[in-house]
Amino acid sequence: MKAAEFAYAKPASLLVAFELLANSNAKVLAGGQSLIPSLNMRLSSPELLVDITGIPGLAGISSQGPCIRIGALTTHAQIEKSELVKKHVPLLAQAVPHIAHAAIRNRGTIGGSLALADPAAEFPACAVALESVFILKSKTSERRVKAQQFFKGLFETGLKPGELLVAAEFPVATTSDRCVFLELTRRHGDYAIIGLAAHNSRFVFLGAGATPILIPGISIQGPLAKAKAVLSKTLKPSPDLYNTSATKLHLAGVLLERAWTTLTT
Amino acid sequence: MDHAYDITLTVNGTTVSRRVPARQHLVDFLREDLELTGSHAGCEHGVCGACTVRVNGEIVRGCLMLAVQANGCRVETIEGLSDSKELSKLQTAFHEHNALQCGFCTPGMLMAAQDLVLKNKKISREEIRTQLSGNFCRCTGYQAIVDAIEEVINGKG
Repeated sequence: MKAAEFAYAKPASLLVAFELLANSNAKVLAGGQSLIPSLNMRLSSPELLVDITGIPGLAGISSQGPCIRIGALTTHAQIEKSELVKKHVPLLAQAVPHIAHAAIRNRGTIGGSLALADPAAEFPACAVALESVFILKSKTSERRVKAQQFFKGLFETGLKPGELLVAAEFPVATTSDRCVFLELTRRHGDYAIIGLAAHNSRFVFLGAGATPILIPGISIQGPLAKAKAVLSKTLKPSPDLYNTSATKLHLAGVLLERAWTTLTT
Repeated sequence: MDHAYDITLTVNGTTVSRRVPARQHLVDFLREDLELTGSHAGCEHGVCGACTVRVNGEIVRGCLMLAVQANGCRVETIEGLSDSKELSKLQTAFHEHNALQCGFCTPGMLMAAQDLVLKNKKISREEIRTQLSGNFCRCTGYQAIVDAIEEVINGKG
């Protein structure tokens, strides 16, 4: 299908972008790899697209003391190739190849993925597992929000009208940290039936509910059997078109078990 | 009346300037305005890969990029890469291995495959299949396509 009509603007500064975004029927366009399909399928019909890719300073990966800062416009492909990410945020490096396909990773951005908050997406689950912090800017202020507080519901986030997610900060992994990213799909690049982003004892499932789901009460110091018992008591995955809640719960247990050895050795 | 914008870009080495509606995606622009019909519009939501083109040296989905976003970019299509002979080895291998039937997916397959060829290193069949997971073929079952790409990258076994 073809998108409905809309206007397009490509501001060269954040200031102009914020003025354009004051229109409540405007949408932010970054990589467009989720937005443009939704326009093509007419699931979304904004009046105006504000293309933020011409704004300087919103892309790039840098080391900032205890954190790695990733600008919102950094593409999945850039994250995939980054030595800094591989070394200091290995969970993200493990997750990237699972995101769609090479041609999509060349344009899709981390800021877009986080701000869209698709519950089956990889980066939001990683951000919750890693206790990442997002930097949200508006015309007049800047604030920092923890990933876990940012994801509020199905495609619903803590972004206020007129605010932009400009960067995310990920803590640098220490030598004793362990992480695993796993997901189950019918075909490579499909949306995950269920996935797991695990960082030490923080187990976060994607494709399991309206947001990334953190399972409290699992400790990698304890036995696997106890972790599995906690999981089956706590996780109530929402079913999708093809998989029941029970199937997803079973598969979540499979992922937990597969991750366990890496996390505990 | 559609909102329209002036764009100037390079397509297969030629500079073109056109006025395009904001809602027109790149592959429709290439096909309808420039009559470069080798790139195909299949699913129009990024799943099938038939619209794969190169923008500033990287493969992208032509249906998931607006023509207006290509302003100032260097776009290469199957026509350009075919005329320049960049794809000739892959094209010969596809022919010899019977790696196409109806041909609808083939331009996208070749663009995605060439992306692997340019990495210039030996590769496993599994890695070829991972790359091709973004390109659907409804005729061949992929075996012959993987054979053809493997031969070009790894040489004849």
